[in-house]
Amino acid sequence: MQNSIIDIEKEALELIGQATDSDQLEQLSTKYLGRKGVLTKFLRNISSLPEDERPSAGRDANILKGKLEKEVKAAFLKLEAVDDKKLTGIDVTLPGRPILRGSLHPITQVAKEISDIFLRLGFDIAESPEVETDYYNFEALNIPKYHPARDMQDTFYVSENIVLRTHTSPSQPRVMEKTEPPVRIISPGKVFRCDSDITHTPMFYQIEGLMVDENISFGDLKGILTTFVHQFFDKDTSLRFRPSFFPFTEPSAEVDIRCVMCKGEGCRICSKTGWLEVLGSGMVHPAVFENVGYDTDKYTGFAFGVGIERMAMLKYGIDDIRKFYENDVRFLRQF
Amino acid sequence: MKVSLSWLKEYIRVDLEPSIIAKKLTMAGLEVDAVEERYDFLNNIVVAKVNEVKKHPNADKLSVCKVDAGGDEQIQIVCGAPNVREGMFVPCALPGAVLPGELKIKKGKLRGEVSAGMLCSASELRLNTDAAGIMDLEGDFVVGTPLDEALKVSDTTFEIDLTPNRPDCLSIIGVAREAGAFMEPKAKVKLPDFKLPEDKIGNVSIHDYAKVQIIDPDLCPRYSAGLLFDVKIEPSPFWLQERLESIGHTPINNVVDITNFVMMEMGQPLHAFDFDEVAKGRIIIRRAGSDTNFTTLDSKDHKLESDMLMICDGERPVALAGVMGGENSEISKSTTRVLIESAYFNPVSIRKTAKKTGIATDASHRFERGVNPDGTVKALNRALSLITQICDATIAGDIIDEYPNKAVPLEIDLNTDSLNTRLGTDLDADAIKGILESVEFEVEKTNDTRLKVGVPFFRVDVARPEDLSEEVARLWGYNNIKTSYPLVPAKGRRLDEKIVLREDIRQILTGFSFFEAINYNFINENSCDRLSLPDDDKRRRVETILNPISDQMSVLRSSLIPGLLETMKRNISQQADTLKLFEIGKIFYATQKGALPEEKEMTAGLITGNRSDSSWCSKKSKVDFFDLKGLVEGFFKALMIENTGFEKIEDDSCPYYKDGYAAYVKSGDTLMGTLGKIDEKVLKNYGLKQDAFVFDFNFNAIQDLLPKSVTAELLPKFPSISRDITIIVDRTVTVGAILKQIEFISKKESLIEKVFLFDVFEGQPLAEDKKSLSFRVVYRSATKTLKEKNIKKLHVNISKIILDQFNADLPE
Repeated sequence: MQNSIIDIEKEALELIGQATDSDQLEQLSTKYLGRKGVLTKFLRNISSLPEDERPSAGRDANILKGKLEKEVKAAFLKLEAVDDKKLTGIDVTLPGRPILRGSLHPITQVAKEISDIFLRLGFDIAESPEVETDYYNFEALNIPKYHPARDMQDTFYVSENIVLRTHTSPSQPRVMEKTEPPVRIISPGKVFRCDSDITHTPMFYQIEGLMVDENISFGDLKGILTTFVHQFFDKDTSLRFRPSFFPFTEPSAEVDIRCVMCKGEGCRICSKTGWLEVLGSGMVHPAVFENVGYDTDKYTGFAFGVGIERMAMLKYGIDDIRKFYENDVRFLRQF
Repeated sequence: MKVSLSWLKEYIRVDLEPSIIAKKLTMAGLEVDAVEERYDFLNNIVVAKVNEVKKHPNADKLSVCKVDAGGDEQIQIVCGAPNVREGMFVPCALPGAVLPGELKIKKGKLRGEVSAGMLCSASELRLNTDAAGIMDLEGDFVVGTPLDEALKVSDTTFEIDLTPNRPDCLSIIGVAREAGAFMEPKAKVKLPDFKLPEDKIGNVSIHDYAKVQIIDPDLCPRYSAGLLFDVKIEPSPFWLQERLESIGHTPINNVVDITNFVMMEMGQPLHAFDFDEVAKGRIIIRRAGSDTNFTTLDSKDHKLESDMLMICDGERPVALAGVMGGENSEISKSTTRVLIESAYFNPVSIRKTAKKTGIATDASHRFERGVNPDGTVKALNRALSLITQICDATIAGDIIDEYPNKAVPLEIDLNTDSLNTRLGTDLDADAIKGILESVEFEVEKTNDTRLKVGVPFFRVDVARPEDLSEEVARLWGYNNIKTSYPLVPAKGRRLDEKIVLREDIRQILTGFSFFEAINYNFINENSCDRLSLPDDDKRRRVETILNPISDQMSVLRSSLIPGLLETMKRNISQQADTLKLFEIGKIFYATQKGALPEEKEMTAGLITGNRSDSSWCSKKSKVDFFDLKGLVEGFFKALMIENTGFEKIEDDSCPYYKDGYAAYVKSGDTLMGTLGKIDEKVLKNYGLKQDAFVFDFNFNAIQDLLPKSVTAELLPKFPSISRDITIIVDRTVTVGAILKQIEFISKKESLIEKVFLFDVFEGQPLAEDKKSLSFRVVYRSATKTLKEKNIKKLHVNISKIILDQFNADLPE
């Protein structure tokens, strides 16, 4: 029978400790301490115990009764205190006072990211006019009038000899005319071509670069552009250099990277080839050096160009280039 | 340029898979855009066995057949072929199959009988020209086998996106030469036979019939011609049609097809004249001169310019040289005598003519890029030989070859050390020699680092050693060149101030919760009208684009405001009506004709809509002029530009602002730009219904005003005390004027730290033309804690001056 009191105590204390609201406590109080409760029943049945056990059993039951009454009371108080905290103070889940935020255009952000990579590699930034003479846009870059290469860039004309620049490369002869090698420049900026569809806008951004010094090789071109791709995408991105043609470079190379979407499996973005064309490049054509008076026996150099929209589209997963120039704030605020 | 594998195999040994060939061509600089199986469509056509043939109950010439095409059940097909018989194996197109010419097979009824497919003739499947009946697949076949498998036909086509420097590859032989260079072992091109069949050579001389005279040899350095008699104009034989179709050309008639075939094979465009239409048998090559009109063989009329090169006969022009022949001398069914032209024209001249007449042909495409200047006779002989065989013709005993400007073979002295330096390679002279020889350069080794390289005539893109370095690089493999890193002096420049300022402005304005917009440099030509700019406004001097994309983008912007208003409009149409936008960009003013426009960098911004995002804790209120002004003041403070002042615009310089709601923003006397509320009329011109506030700053002016350096000030050691002044003045008195006055005093009184306006009141009980202004003056000494007595006199004095100067009263 003694065990029984101990069992009752253990069970009751455990249940009281677990009670989370006053209803539960009320029920437990009735269960153990009420007129038909466990302890009352125990005291009533005490006469059935052997005579020598009766006094201690009665005493233990009464002690337990007192203890349980105290425990229940304390539990009630604890619950009340919690309820009190709920009622005082504020609703911290109310939204805070809104702080407005703005953002930079994604083109600006990506242009800066790309520029910063080249600035870290020791390049300077060179800017030149957005409206350019036929000479700097074409002729100085070894693209004579009536050369089929002019078909590669659909040009906006302002007058017979004034064009909206079709690339930012005109800054290169402009800089070289005034500077002796070594030259290391990049030219970020707007360029223009008469073309408008899901993959073309009549205005877009490019960063073109130029490095000229003694002994600059095609291998160096590969080194610099590989570094760039590894910093912009990630260091495991594989590249391939593919022969191509630009009138101002010889040899010329397109740079493809393993498709960042499908990792080379072949998908819609890379037209199932597994490769994405991201840069045009090449060793500067000697005719370009001759036009600016550089000694072609002494100096070699490389040039490259990258489309900023293309890089931004790959970085952010944008599929329509026109989105950049609609300036929809729902679009802009994502960057 | 499309190339079929079957045609390619005529000239080289091919032992690589098509996909490998495509990859290798791409990596050699001939980018393959698409690889297609030509006979893929045969995969949907199966071998079927005809089990039963019955007469069609409602049509004499039709049969109703039951065929086994490998399915679970026999198929009923109505067939009109006379040769259909029980037991034969035939090609059967089932519903869903697509035949050449986009013919889609469907299940249907023919004269009341179900027909669930089509039994095909060889011609319908482009397998040969036999169209007399269905194709009898003699032999034993498993029914249901796809036809390409059953007949073992296959061919692959490569679509090559050629760069403009490689006209030599605008021919099958040219591509074969490139492909041969990467076969293992290398495959040398096997040229076709140029010999003329002896029995077809007549014993008359072409000179007895025709005379060629080149009047303008600068534009036509070489003209070769051959003459054919008794030509029978007919459809070409199947093999020839098939060759042309394999690369996407449509056969026309035997003579025209042969000229096209030779052009595609060798890259030399040819032209065939009906010699009976060539007046006096004369061919004269000259500039158009006084001829003004010409009708090409596609029946289109063209205006001629005097320096366009024409082929003329004894009386009139008969062809736009190198571009397109004339209607007047075109080959027709009744043609019997044909003159074949094989010429070399000046590329620039052809390009000008093609551009000006808007004609682009396979011929002009090749001539303007440059064909082999020495290749006319070979191509001519090839064509003559084919015509005699195919068109049953005889040829004159000789040809005409006018060659006033002989092409000079080019030899390049190649220093292999320079080449290795340029590429970053370590190739010895023999290796380089081998590479160049693989694409038919003639190389002679002079010593260990010198090569004499003879450039073949067809390589018009190779003129100097650097061009040879490209040949070596691409054939050696760009990806076999070792990646290296340049050693350059560790020298660098500071970033240009302009670039730093642009970044600062962007940071400040995005911090002020502006979104950056980038608008097109092009705007609508009516933009100046929409901004109500006066006729003599500088911004009316817009630069017009001669070939715009559309009217909406036809001039270069002379202000950033139209772009911002358009952007506002676009966003409001997407239910975003609270906006803060800015843009940094160039505007353009036209200068003299033929000169570069003036480019000016501007920074402009626009706010509209609510002051804050709608939320439970703020009342909705609209932005106004002073929200914008606050932003502008903050902007210049952040740039540390001092003395920013605002002057009401009272002239007509900015009619797009509402009268009385706009100001010039200056620093000292330097104008930095303007700000204001957009006029209702301008809003309406842009289809806008809500207020917009705009600032428009000159970037260069801001740049010039930037402080060269910033020096930190010591923080004050002693506390300040403040005293207020409240005055009642006429409503016309501006706060700016009073502040200026106090500032003037404070310059002399070191104790005045700052003064600011903290209250404005208008209305009852004040008179209608009065307002009350309250200023707080903050006093501080650098040397002690100020007490009332230290400033009492000064404060009273300030009050007095203001009361005096502005005819003000103290409040009652």
